Amino acid sequence: MSRLHVVSGKGGTGKTTVAAALALALATEGQRTLLVEVEGRQGIAQVFETEALPYEERKIAVAPDSAGASRSDSSRGGGGRRAGEVYALAIDAERALLDYLQMFYKLGGAGRALKKLGAIDFATTIAPGLRDVLLTGKACEAVRRKDKHGRFVYDAVVMDAPPTGRITRFLNVNDEVAGLAKIGPIHNQAQAVMRVLKSPETAVHLVTLLEEMPVQETVDGVAELRAAGLPVGGVVINMVRPPVLDPDEVDLAANGARAGIATALSSAGLGGARRGGRAERLIDPLLEQAREHAERVALERAEHTEITGLGLPTYELEQLPEGVDLAGLYRLARDLRTQGPI
Amino acid sequence: MTSEHTTLDASAPHLDVDTLLDDPQTRIIVCCGAGGVGKTTTAAALGVRAAERGRRAVVLTIDPARRLAQSMGISELDNVPRQVKDVRGPDGRGELYAMMLDMKRTFDEIVEAHADKERARAILENPFYQSLSAGFAGTQEYMAMEKLGQLRSRDEWDLIIVDTPPSRSALDFLDAPKRLGSFLDGKFIRVLMAPAKVGGRAGMKFLNVGMSMMTGTLSKLMGGQLLKDVQTFVAAMDTMFGGFRTRADATYRLLQAPGTAFLVVAAPERDALREAAYFVERLAAEQMPLAGLVLNRVHGSGADQLSAERALAAAEALTDLAGTGNSGSAGEEDTENLGDGGIVDLEDGKTGSRTADASSPAAPALQQHDPSVTPESKQSPEARSARLAAGLLTLHAERMQVLARERRTRDRFTALHPEVPVAEIAALPGDVHDVSGLREIGDRLTSGHADEAYKKKAGNDAS
Repeated sequence: MSRLHVVSGKGGTGKTTVAAALALALATEGQRTLLVEVEGRQGIAQVFETEALPYEERKIAVAPDSAGASRSDSSRGGGGRRAGEVYALAIDAERALLDYLQMFYKLGGAGRALKKLGAIDFATTIAPGLRDVLLTGKACEAVRRKDKHGRFVYDAVVMDAPPTGRITRFLNVNDEVAGLAKIGPIHNQAQAVMRVLKSPETAVHLVTLLEEMPVQETVDGVAELRAAGLPVGGVVINMVRPPVLDPDEVDLAANGARAGIATALSSAGLGGARRGGRAERLIDPLLEQAREHAERVALERAEHTEITGLGLPTYELEQLPEGVDLAGLYRLARDLRTQGPI
Repeated sequence: MTSEHTTLDASAPHLDVDTLLDDPQTRIIVCCGAGGVGKTTTAAALGVRAAERGRRAVVLTIDPARRLAQSMGISELDNVPRQVKDVRGPDGRGELYAMMLDMKRTFDEIVEAHADKERARAILENPFYQSLSAGFAGTQEYMAMEKLGQLRSRDEWDLIIVDTPPSRSALDFLDAPKRLGSFLDGKFIRVLMAPAKVGGRAGMKFLNVGMSMMTGTLSKLMGGQLLKDVQTFVAAMDTMFGGFRTRADATYRLLQAPGTAFLVVAAPERDALREAAYFVERLAAEQMPLAGLVLNRVHGSGADQLSAERALAAAEALTDLAGTGNSGSAGEEDTENLGDGGIVDLEDGKTGSRTADASSPAAPALQQHDPSVTPESKQSPEARSARLAAGLLTLHAERMQVLARERRTRDRFTALHPEVPVAEIAALPGDVHDVSGLREIGDRLTSGHADEAYKKKAGNDAS
């Protein structure tokens, strides 16, 4: 089982929401997960409807009862188990760098001096690759961290990662750094991070919609990740909309069934079925919408086949009619759980 | 404030895109916004429309979808604007060029243009430079702005349309020139250069001790080789920095100039519009000229006189009707309905059962379409019509719910920023990957509200 879940996806596919739902889903009874944000957007705070997160690991949610808790598990476990917990951390690159200097080199004072000189600024903005080193490094540190009994502090770490187009480079940045800094502590640190990222402990999941561009990016992203030797987890198809009408039925409705449909609409109290009647006038716009729907369903089927062709585990999350609020997030988490281990 | 604000209706001023495109004073249009909202497509569609209205336009795209790039003839990443065939203005005046940004190449070109041969080679071969230019995140933003500056100074085009990179923060590209400037003014660069430059001037002695201690620290951190690479890189780049800074400042001023127009692109969704609002505020703070908001993929309906509630109620009535019209399957169906209501909360709820949620308008029709429940052959024509009509109404209810949600999100934005003109692009059912699709987007962008576009489309030849 992976312990570091990296969630990526094209912009607009809902990767922050999926990452949050995954962190909740993985926090089954007594388990503790850490949800990590690396892009400074405060997306996690928005999804959980709380104020902006500081640079600090704090509890943000109690996980929903797992679906299984209502039957045998709770009785077997004696009912005394804690609920799962989700912690969240918005990583701030500059603070992470100072932490890192302090942790590894006891450079408190020198760190401040470096900051004064603009070196920290340089490291975290001008040479943004170094920023990625810090972000991945901090996440890996959380994955490996143990308490005084030698147990992992977090059972799983979920990262709301950069989008698909940048994910391979983002995760591989430490390889690049290890190549640049051939010796010394940075080299060693970079290699340690890469060992975690390339191990089965890590799984990179890609979130997609059943639309052409996100699917294309997912297919490309999987190829890039595989080429870089990074472990690909699953594909999460987000905002799935169940088809209402089959393309064949739309054809049927458009050709020859008009009069019957007008009568049916009229019988449902929507006005007169005669030509020019209120029900009859509904038919053209309704059929237009049905044609668009049929076109979309056909496209979605083709995209679904493309995803299936990747040979990866796939998970589907339905589109919530009212958008994702906190209740919706818990629902997505339960949906993920019912679809097997991720 | 105009008198319009006294009404409760949060209707924003209309963004007239054609006027913007036709105005010869408009020299640069920057499309910005969150990822996945259709920035690239919008930029390309603006290019096509501008050219066909007689402008000599160039579109700078960052990362176009492959098929879109191919259709515009720019699948090759060669950093040179290529003319897009089949796009021509009236009486042969308009032209469209397009290019895809190659950031490494752009960086290399700057080095080659601003350093003598030997120095340029030293830089290009430096491992630190190679990593930096190959696209450590952030480089893309610098290079997009650099390329924009280059295109503008060539003065070959009278309109440049820029797509912005999918940044971690959508505003990185605005910060890029400034950041570069502040770095170049910073002390850190002098520290890095210390071993190369400091030559025992007495007055500098104290500083030198501090600096060599610092480079010692850095060396310990980075390993000697990397520090040396960075130092060599910085030393080699030193002569170019002045030029860098000048151009970064110039680009920044170019963005503020009256000939520039920012278009914030957003989808009518909560997150995208939140980011759009942030953008609008930020552009105002930076005194960047905002032309307006392009709301992409807005849904409309030609039958919006029929509410979601009424459509759903009618669909349910018809579903019942279709059920009773079937020979002998009604009982079976009832069982199915009960069953669906019951399994929602069971632990291994099948995918199908999730659709049976009460809040999903798809529920009644879906059950009807399960062939095991209602074999086509057994249906009377009336039942079939009722079933189809129920399907159409269910779809309509879904559409009306989307519409209502999109309107709410849009109204929230316009209530916050009533001053920002808005143009809407009615949603297309599929993706755009050819010039005629881009043309269609341009038409939709300039045809007023999405609702009207839908009415026209479904319309019984109103003209």
